[in-house]
Amino acid sequence: MKKRGSKTALTMSYPNWFYLPAVITFAIFFIWPTLSAFYYSLTRWTIFNATFIGIENYVQFLSDPMLSIGLKNTFIYGILTSGLKTILALPLAVLLTSGIRFKGFYRSLVFFPVLVSTIAVGITFSILMQPNQGLFNVILASVGLPRVDWLGNPKLALFSVIFVDVWKGIGIATVIFMAGILAIPQDYFDAVKLEGGFYIKFRHVIIPLVRNSTFTVILLSFIGGLRTFDLIWAMTGGGPGFASDVLTSIIYKQYQAGFYGLSTAGNVILFFMVTLLVFPLRSFFNSKEIEV
Amino acid sequence: MKKTGLFALALMVLLALSTVLYSAGKEEAVEAEGPVTLTYLVASGTDSTQAQVMTDAYTAMNPDVTFEIELRPGGTDGDNVVKTRLATGEMTDIFYYNAGSLLVALNPGETLVDIADEPFMDVVDDAFKMTVAKDDGVFGIPNQTAMGGGILYNKKVYADLGLKVPKSWAEFAANNEKIKAAGLTPVIATYGDSWTSQLFVLADYYNVQAEEPNFAADYTANKAKYANTPAARAGFDHLKEGFDKGWYQSGFATAKYNQGLEMLATGQGAHYPMLSFALTAIKENWPEEVENIGFFAQPGNSASKNGATIWMLSANYIPKTTTGAKLKAAKDFFAFVVSPEGIATMNAGFPPSGPYLVKGAELPADVLPAVNDISSYIDSGNSAPALEFLSPVKGPRLEQFCVAVGTGQMSPEDAAANYDKDVANQAKQLGLAGW
Repeated sequence: MKKRGSKTALTMSYPNWFYLPAVITFAIFFIWPTLSAFYYSLTRWTIFNATFIGIENYVQFLSDPMLSIGLKNTFIYGILTSGLKTILALPLAVLLTSGIRFKGFYRSLVFFPVLVSTIAVGITFSILMQPNQGLFNVILASVGLPRVDWLGNPKLALFSVIFVDVWKGIGIATVIFMAGILAIPQDYFDAVKLEGGFYIKFRHVIIPLVRNSTFTVILLSFIGGLRTFDLIWAMTGGGPGFASDVLTSIIYKQYQAGFYGLSTAGNVILFFMVTLLVFPLRSFFNSKEIEV
Repeated sequence: MKKTGLFALALMVLLALSTVLYSAGKEEAVEAEGPVTLTYLVASGTDSTQAQVMTDAYTAMNPDVTFEIELRPGGTDGDNVVKTRLATGEMTDIFYYNAGSLLVALNPGETLVDIADEPFMDVVDDAFKMTVAKDDGVFGIPNQTAMGGGILYNKKVYADLGLKVPKSWAEFAANNEKIKAAGLTPVIATYGDSWTSQLFVLADYYNVQAEEPNFAADYTANKAKYANTPAARAGFDHLKEGFDKGWYQSGFATAKYNQGLEMLATGQGAHYPMLSFALTAIKENWPEEVENIGFFAQPGNSASKNGATIWMLSANYIPKTTTGAKLKAAKDFFAFVVSPEGIATMNAGFPPSGPYLVKGAELPADVLPAVNDISSYIDSGNSAPALEFLSPVKGPRLEQFCVAVGTGQMSPEDAAANYDKDVANQAKQLGLAGW
């Protein structure tokens, strides 16, 4: 028997027992709940017992006619919020890294909504969007425009929530972009100074060199959009009717109704959906990443 | 050496902790022999006011027993709290909850104390017992009063416009057009609190059973459906008609229950499809106006078969986790609630919104006009319990379908068909035969 080299010595000084606390914590709080969720999604689960029923929950969940509305809304929500945040945050980040005055003040102003609780934001905006006395409509009315039923109009409700989500989440995206811009070496800016104005700088230096930040923003806000719940719940509860229901609010309502097995199946579906969408996206982005 | 030291320390900490926990548990058991504190879970809002009135009165008579009222949200959020706490054995010593189909979902035989044989149950009306019974057990003691579900209306508006209480849907629709022409809101809708949207469907049950007497039994047995029973679907049709004819106020899709009450009390709106427990809130906030509020049964197709749908009382229950002195105290409190003193306390502290269903319990002479309206339907035999007290199956998404129809997003036919699927889910979850 040959002893292994210096690597063994290193391993020896930290015996495997040291992993134990972490492994136990991880197993109890992550692995076990995940595995049992897979099991319970195959059962009809009341508060007291769970009867194994095979894939019936999945069949029922996927054949639910309201699910298609929820799925569509989830995608609209994920794509629009991540798209808008990316498009709006980049110019903001450029502005806030430029030489304007009161930069610090503006930066905290943009970041402020991130710090407020989502539920509080939701409740505040649903009051602002109240159809008769809400501030939004009072302003519209004072300049002679027709009142808009922001959250009550089934065609509009989801987009009103998306607007608030963008307002609230743009701070994080801006900060990520700012970090990306500030990491660009000054040489590049000096190099294009000869070429001309701001457009060249923006188009040929900033956009290509903040690519990594762009990917991070898109990915984070897309995942966030797919699994969003709190804002929708606080503002519309998925309503009116099913108009702004997303996957998570459907799952929550089934849980509320006591359909624990069915809602667990919904969660498993959400888990796979996010994984299937995000992993390819991430590896695509990773392959395109650049070194500054 | 060092390692052993650390290990020993960890062990000691663990041991110390467990002794603390153990002795804490023991202390509680000893304490229960003397004065008793009962924890009491109720829904926030008017229910909690009522619980406060009753528990205060009881503690005044029995200083040894005090109460700690815990609040939970109403609606499906509250259902979840109750179910979860029961399932984990963390329920309060006594709790307040609905009777009927919602109770059945709590699996009462396994979770609740059977009080069928307690002497205080003798005065409780059998019609009520039916709604808190499962298999052989009876689990609840009535709390508050039964309610009428139908149309609360503003009598002043009716007098000003010279309208008559409608007995058929056609008359109701005609009234609504006159009210609309007068610049008022004919029907108040408050879909921002989506549970309020269900009344047109649920309060229509008197009319359903008038046309299809076997509906409840057939519906429970998976034979009758909303989609293929026109009388049952009528509720959804009404929601659509209200939307098509513009009976609802502007901004109704996000309006809240309290705004609805205000509109009705102040006469901006003429009709509010609602349960009569709303009268309590109206009396609290608009004590002058509550005398102008009346009640009529939701009209159906035929004026000759007009009657009211009645909601049974909610109840108080004892979970099986309550034992010993606490159980004894809880039962004694229940006996007080249905005793003449208990009823008198309730009458004094809390305006009744319908009959008590306790033998010998009288409504006070100065009862609200709307409650008199409800009582006259019951006294003349023109009333029927709501479907949720006759059948354990009630789909949890009814309110969403009602809002979808009432905002013009879904046809009544689709809503009825989809609601039937929702009902099937619930029946399977309850393990009913034939689904």
